[in-house]
Amino acid sequence: MVDKQHLLTTEQMASFVADGYLRFDDFIPDEYNKAAHEEMASGVSTRGGGGTVLNDVWGENSAVGNVFRLPKVQGIIQSLVGENPLYDHHAVHIVRPNSETGQIWHADAIIDLRMHFDIQFFYFSHDTPREMGGTMILPGSHFRRVCETDIARYQNFLSQHAVVCNAGTLLVVHHGMWHCAQPNLTDQTRYMFKLRLNPTVRQLKLWNTDDLNTAGIRGILSRNHRWYGNDVRLEIVNRIKLWRFLIGDESYDVGYWLSRLENMPENVPNVAA
Amino acid sequence: MVELRQQLLVLHLHTPDLNSHVVAWAMYDGTGKKRYTTGDSDAPPYNSVVEAMQDGWRVIQFPQQFPAFPGMEYHTSYLRFEYILEKMEEI
Repeated sequence: MVDKQHLLTTEQMASFVADGYLRFDDFIPDEYNKAAHEEMASGVSTRGGGGTVLNDVWGENSAVGNVFRLPKVQGIIQSLVGENPLYDHHAVHIVRPNSETGQIWHADAIIDLRMHFDIQFFYFSHDTPREMGGTMILPGSHFRRVCETDIARYQNFLSQHAVVCNAGTLLVVHHGMWHCAQPNLTDQTRYMFKLRLNPTVRQLKLWNTDDLNTAGIRGILSRNHRWYGNDVRLEIVNRIKLWRFLIGDESYDVGYWLSRLENMPENVPNVAA
Repeated sequence: MVELRQQLLVLHLHTPDLNSHVVAWAMYDGTGKKRYTTGDSDAPPYNSVVEAMQDGWRVIQFPQQFPAFPGMEYHTSYLRFEYILEKMEEI
């Protein structure tokens, strides 16, 4: 169990539910980034495939393994998918120099429709200015039920977010997040390490819940993303459902949303004389 | 003889109203002069379909509207109000 100081806060968890991601800038120390970068360039090997316990995947000398063993990274993992998640897969995403076309928008596998969710880390081991990419994400897209590249016709959205960052930046996203690699117009190869993890425990209050009842949660869960258009209310309902699941309170609401549906007048007999 | 090629502009709107604002957009160029790609602009080329029409774009597809299937009322998926417009350009 990681020290409590490394766990996510309730506000961070609410942001993850509303936006589908959390971003940690300048998070991984330089020496780890340099070693991981070298390992990515030469090949990252694993012990076991999908379904292996994460802690068994990388040996002590693995630079990438060392990144994900850092207590503050373990705190993120534990907060979202528990102490002993399963390794699903990883990929070293490479964008060659002078690549002028962006990757098509896509979501990764969304074949599991349960409320439980996987997480994916996007780890940037080197500086990534806009002319180098990096990965573009669409905040708030994680509840959308689409099949991988079915969204490839889209190109731009209001509120799309290109991850332009310094070395050592880490994103963690819900597995439903829409994303695409961006063009790399530099003469340097761009790397991004992706890691998908599956929970093995009920995702119930796994984070630091000391601030569980903080007043700001309702506002976070009510955030709009400008590309939603008329669908923002539907997305708020999706968030309420996931938040109820995460905190184990089936009566939670951010206002009078699901509560309205749970008012069941048809079950009350007419007692008027 | 003038040869024409199709330019396509795909606009996704806030509501089905053609005056409502654009929330997503894409362009495809049949002349071969330009290759549009993901994330290539931060602002839409027009604020609405009507604004694009006023600049000579012809609407060639309206989004159809269907009631949600029972049980699917709160599921979100693709962008619903997608208008496809064209312009013909000489090559």
